[in-house]
Amino acid sequence: MVKEEQELANRPDNTAFTQQRLPAWQPMLSAGIVIPGFVIIGLAFIGIGVALFVTSHSIQVLELDYTGVENTEPCYRCSDPSSKNCVCTLEFSIDSLFEGPVFFYYGLTNYFQNYRKYGASRDDNQLSGDLDYFKSPGNDCAPYQYNSNNKPIVPCGAIANSMFNDTFKLYQIIRGSKKLVPFDGKGIAWWTDYNIKYRNPSVTPLKNAFNDTVKPLFWSKPAYELDPTDPANNGFINQDFLVWMRRAALPDFRKLYRRITEGDYAKGLPAGNYSLEIAYNYPVMSFDGRKKVVLSNVSWMGGKNEFLGIAYLVIGSLCVVMSIVMLIVYAKFKFPEED
Amino acid sequence: MGMDVSTLRTLISRYCVGEENWVDSRTIYIGHKEPPPGTEAFIQQRFPDNRIVSSKYTFWNFIPKNMFEQFRRVANFYFLIIFLVQLIIDTPTSPITSGLPLFFVITVTAIKQGYEDWLRHKADNSVNQCPVHVVQHGKVVRKQSRKLRVGDVVFVKENETFPCDLILLSTSRDEGVCYVTTASLDGESSHKTYFAVQDTKAYNTEQEVDSIHATIECEQPQPDLYKFVGRINIYMDNEPVARPLGSENLLLRGATLKNTEYIYAVAIYTGMETKMALNYQSKTQKRSAVEKSMNAYLVVYLFILISKAFVNTVLKYVWQADPNRDEPWYNDRTESERQRHIVIRAFTDFLAFMVLFNYIIPVSMYVTVEMQKFLGSYFIMWDDEMFDEELGERAVVNTSDLNEELGQVEYVFTDKTGTLTENNMEFIECCVDGHVYVPHVILNGQVMPGAGMDMIDTSPGPEAREHEELFFRALCLCHTVQVKEEETVDGIKQGIHQGKSTSFYISSSPDEVALVEGMKRLGFTYLRLKDSHMEILNREDEIERFELLEVLTFDSVRRRMSVIVRSSSGQLYLFCKGADSSIFPRVISGKVEQVKARVEHNAVEGLRTLCVAYRLLSPEQYQEVCHLLSGAKLALQDRDKRLAEAYDIIEKDLILLGATAVEDRLQEKAADTIESLHKAGMKVWVLTGDKMETAAATCYASKLFHRNTQILELTTKRTEEQSLHDVLFDLSRTVLRQHGGMTRDTFSGLSGDCTDYGLIIDGATLSAVMRPPQEDSNSGNYKEIFLEICRNCSAVLCCRMAPLQKAQIVKLIKASKEHPITLAIGDGANDVSMILEAHVGVGIMGKEGRQAVRNSDYAIPKFKHLKKMLLVHGHYYYIRISELVQYFFYKNVCFIFPQFLYQFFCGFSQQPLYDTAYLTLYNISFTSLPILLYSLIEQHINMDILKKDPSLYRDIAKNSLLRWPIFIYWTILGVYDAIVMFFGAYFLFDNTTFTSNGQLMTTNTQMMFGNWTFGTLVFTVLVFTVTFKLALDTHYWTWINHFVIWGSLIFFVVFSLLWGGIIWPFLNYQRMYYVFMQMLSSGPAWLSIILLITAGLLPDVLKKVIWRALWPTTTERIQTKRRCLASEPSTIFMLSQTSSRISF
Repeated sequence: MVKEEQELANRPDNTAFTQQRLPAWQPMLSAGIVIPGFVIIGLAFIGIGVALFVTSHSIQVLELDYTGVENTEPCYRCSDPSSKNCVCTLEFSIDSLFEGPVFFYYGLTNYFQNYRKYGASRDDNQLSGDLDYFKSPGNDCAPYQYNSNNKPIVPCGAIANSMFNDTFKLYQIIRGSKKLVPFDGKGIAWWTDYNIKYRNPSVTPLKNAFNDTVKPLFWSKPAYELDPTDPANNGFINQDFLVWMRRAALPDFRKLYRRITEGDYAKGLPAGNYSLEIAYNYPVMSFDGRKKVVLSNVSWMGGKNEFLGIAYLVIGSLCVVMSIVMLIVYAKFKFPEED
Repeated sequence: MGMDVSTLRTLISRYCVGEENWVDSRTIYIGHKEPPPGTEAFIQQRFPDNRIVSSKYTFWNFIPKNMFEQFRRVANFYFLIIFLVQLIIDTPTSPITSGLPLFFVITVTAIKQGYEDWLRHKADNSVNQCPVHVVQHGKVVRKQSRKLRVGDVVFVKENETFPCDLILLSTSRDEGVCYVTTASLDGESSHKTYFAVQDTKAYNTEQEVDSIHATIECEQPQPDLYKFVGRINIYMDNEPVARPLGSENLLLRGATLKNTEYIYAVAIYTGMETKMALNYQSKTQKRSAVEKSMNAYLVVYLFILISKAFVNTVLKYVWQADPNRDEPWYNDRTESERQRHIVIRAFTDFLAFMVLFNYIIPVSMYVTVEMQKFLGSYFIMWDDEMFDEELGERAVVNTSDLNEELGQVEYVFTDKTGTLTENNMEFIECCVDGHVYVPHVILNGQVMPGAGMDMIDTSPGPEAREHEELFFRALCLCHTVQVKEEETVDGIKQGIHQGKSTSFYISSSPDEVALVEGMKRLGFTYLRLKDSHMEILNREDEIERFELLEVLTFDSVRRRMSVIVRSSSGQLYLFCKGADSSIFPRVISGKVEQVKARVEHNAVEGLRTLCVAYRLLSPEQYQEVCHLLSGAKLALQDRDKRLAEAYDIIEKDLILLGATAVEDRLQEKAADTIESLHKAGMKVWVLTGDKMETAAATCYASKLFHRNTQILELTTKRTEEQSLHDVLFDLSRTVLRQHGGMTRDTFSGLSGDCTDYGLIIDGATLSAVMRPPQEDSNSGNYKEIFLEICRNCSAVLCCRMAPLQKAQIVKLIKASKEHPITLAIGDGANDVSMILEAHVGVGIMGKEGRQAVRNSDYAIPKFKHLKKMLLVHGHYYYIRISELVQYFFYKNVCFIFPQFLYQFFCGFSQQPLYDTAYLTLYNISFTSLPILLYSLIEQHINMDILKKDPSLYRDIAKNSLLRWPIFIYWTILGVYDAIVMFFGAYFLFDNTTFTSNGQLMTTNTQMMFGNWTFGTLVFTVLVFTVTFKLALDTHYWTWINHFVIWGSLIFFVVFSLLWGGIIWPFLNYQRMYYVFMQMLSSGPAWLSIILLITAGLLPDVLKKVIWRALWPTTTERIQTKRRCLASEPSTIFMLSQTSSRISF
């Protein structure tokens, strides 16, 4: 009796799991499934591809380089680093209506916002408005942590320091006179950045929070005076600042500067001549960079991007071609086991 | 007191003498009594105590030794270096990302190994502390086994095991003999006789033994069980008498005393110096072939890693030659960085790149592999089909490291006794003049006289009746069986008569016991040998007495034995029994044809047959015989040869009586198992300590040798006739000639037309073969020739093997040029050395103790369970782990290669593409569970089919799923996927407005995506692609698979939402905040994720379909077939067989 009990105790559990006999679905990649599957996927992809391609083609983009490398270019004289407060004007014309809403970008090339040291050179605690970090910014910010008088820099770090500071004004030239195209500078940054992630210290006036600190070396104005027209657009939640602080992934990038959504231009930029007035401050020649402005409108799928449409078309047609190849293999070799 | 003084003296002398006095022989003072002064001075040596140590660590050295051993593993050492680098220099990722997993792995392994060693300590202690009896000052004292010392006189009782190697001084028996079974040493379960020293055999009480004054000189311990040379000097009245000692006086540790009440013996080899311990090999850690491939892959990846880091470092400095790139105004260096020397900077950069790419060799792979092995091994233990109801035992896994090796076995070395056979002989039938008699099973111990047999043929006439009785008497007389008496003489007769087990037969040959017992069941009972008269109880319950005149003992050359007896009527008989081949040529009359037919029939059945014949001797002939024999026995030179000649003259002109058939019961389904193993492409070798005839019969019975197997013999008998050299060359010529004409398809065990070869070799010849080549050029390298012969034999039988020789054979095959994977299976202590030597050691839970089980990697209750273990479990484990290994490398190429590519676009600044959380969790949680689960429960083919069609095992032979082409395919696939993912995302971002129009957000704006969104996009595609890739490879979708695969994808999404959804207070950066949500709110992101996943999986799907169509493996054919015929399960087997034939 005891022995029997022992046996029972030692006997393995006879369950489906322990005996590896769980009920299971046992699919197989046979030609019968794969060929129709490929055809369906291929056709669907071609469809999406065509739609994307057509959409992408309907998007208008206007790109203007204003770096001023050649001496024929209007901004050539400003590209000399010794010139201060240089303003240059770029003339261009639009042949047909540039449908709105039009987005106004500035673009930089050969500019590495994705350097590791550069990217780490910021203090998120400071940027969330923590006053302790105003006095002693994080070490990651070095060498943009303290100035030569050992005063803390706010906002510290390389990213903030190198904030893009060219400004633009767009005029439509109507019979010789310049008509200012109104820019909308609100809501160009992420909503969460503006409302949650970046916070100004709750000190009024904001200026007082910046006592005993210095502005970044490269900046001409302190953070609390970035936008004199709108007090809510100052400090760390300045939209241009937020846009800059979101590092670009690749060395050639563009960032949103303004939207054109108001007044006479809500429907877009009508055909005609335009003049772009640039306050040229940002040096790029030293590292062989280029600056440009881009005007673009968007569709349901975002900005102009032919790659996605073409890629869909290519993959879709590959699927169809492969299914044909497989069909030929199928016919020729008869897939003996399925006879 | 005197004892203490002598101990002290010994101690002092030990320390004075020191180790340098190591000599070829040792001197033992029996009872620690010094020899009388004036005798030759012996050098007293230091002997170890009787402690057996199998554990690896002590309490003190555990941590340093274990750490050292763990960090000797390339992988661990690598991770340690990475961790230290992260601690020292400024690197892109935090040291926690590699330190934590490493700490975890090291700790878990240390705990596991510590626990295992603790178990070994416990086992050692129980052996070392078991009590033994020692004679001290004329009294028997109990001692712990480990305290036993050389020179102690030990008292051993019946059925006790000898605690160390002993020289027999005296026994309870008057003749000074004792019987011993060495079953746990060499597997021979028969009783062997050992002899006490002639001059001491009379000393058989404690006091007397204590008075023996003698020393023993003998050789230093050596592992050969059957060799011993020594000398005993007995001081009688201070006059030394020297007597030779041989292996017949030496009782070995591990053997058991039988049929003898007690013995006194003196310890000569103790502890680790006993022959048993010397036959053990140190337990080294076994590595599986998969692990070896894994390490090779690791080296490749390490090389890739280093070259990646190197290329990036070089490119970085080439690129930075332009000072504006080196330090653009927006990214100034700190002063201390500027002052650093360029070489140091370059070196730190190199290390930083290493750290950035180090995930290509993930810690988690080792953890997952360990977990897979550990958890997977439970399926062996849980297997109900491998549970034996009779023993109440289930399979045991001692080392889970070798699971997959079970799927790679090419050579199976099996013990015979207790492994293939039940170790249980049974009389099956006899045949007298062509009439067959089969005994009935005894009912309630009662044998019905006359009715005890079943005659298959027509009832014999009166003449035949006479022959029949003579036959039974012959079998009752012609043997060397002893009757073991438990009761008084009166009791025996009664006991036997009543069928009670008060007495039983003992013999050095289990066949003889079976025959005598069989005769008992047929009505003739052998009672005893008394005053050289053999007594038989015949069918009429009358006692017949025969005077035993001569015994012509058995030897393996003659292969027969005879007795000469005188019946009560004065008639002189010579009864002879032996192998058919040695009897038939000497027969002059009798129904030879009928008997021969029956013998052949039985041999085919795998029964062990013996023929019986007799000869009537006239008194004159008897005188002649006596003359011949005594002449031969008295000869001083060539005694054996002259005896053989005499026997040859005597055993002739025989009259054939009949034949017997005895079965050494094979274990259940042993033959079926061996056949399956053969079909699966394994070569099965039987290694046994048993004698050749017995072993060969078993081989036939277990279908190791077939009827048409041509047997090649490489035995002492042959090498005596011819030189070893000639024999070897002869055999190799025979084999190779055949082999030259052999076509490929004969490889399969199915076709029987072609001769396949079976080799029989014995221990002595083997050691001659293994001997290192001598100077004379003639001898050459026998090993190679021997291996060549073996390779061409489908089955090999090695008999008369010492335990260490078994290991040598395994080693020889292991080291041969194909480096095959070997498996050794056995049940006794004699198999331990080969179990330890083979790649996989399997123990059978037999009758001969647990030693084999303890030292094995796997233990199973019965031999038949080997089939499922190899064909099903081994196959599954191999498939699973090879996918695990390949997939792990693949998914980490996919993971890290984009990061490598990204360096080209971020100025080689070691910017990570992915967030730290993704870097850390990718291998730990997002992609770990699906592959772990796959590697636990994947079944590419149903297990019933695997069992029915052993040839499927060949599909995975030779590590076929981890060959370099397959590995390269996986790596290229990984690189391709990485390129698709990275450049897909790149083209979407580069110079275009890959942006969100923010419909889901409160403002309708078009916002920029930064570098973290870029990385997150790549990462999302990555996680989905590698998970779907695994899903495509899964053939067996249980609910758990669904749960884990879809679950881990959902987990990734939920984690990402959560990780980006909250401002995490403990982090000093918030770079991932809302990144994932923003990405998902963009239409193009969705479209590109779908596109990139599809593009990544496309080529693999295509490859699978086309390969399956054009070059299907057997496995794939069967998968397809099973699918087609799912409704008709009965046809599967038939079809799978045809397919296996096609594939060869």
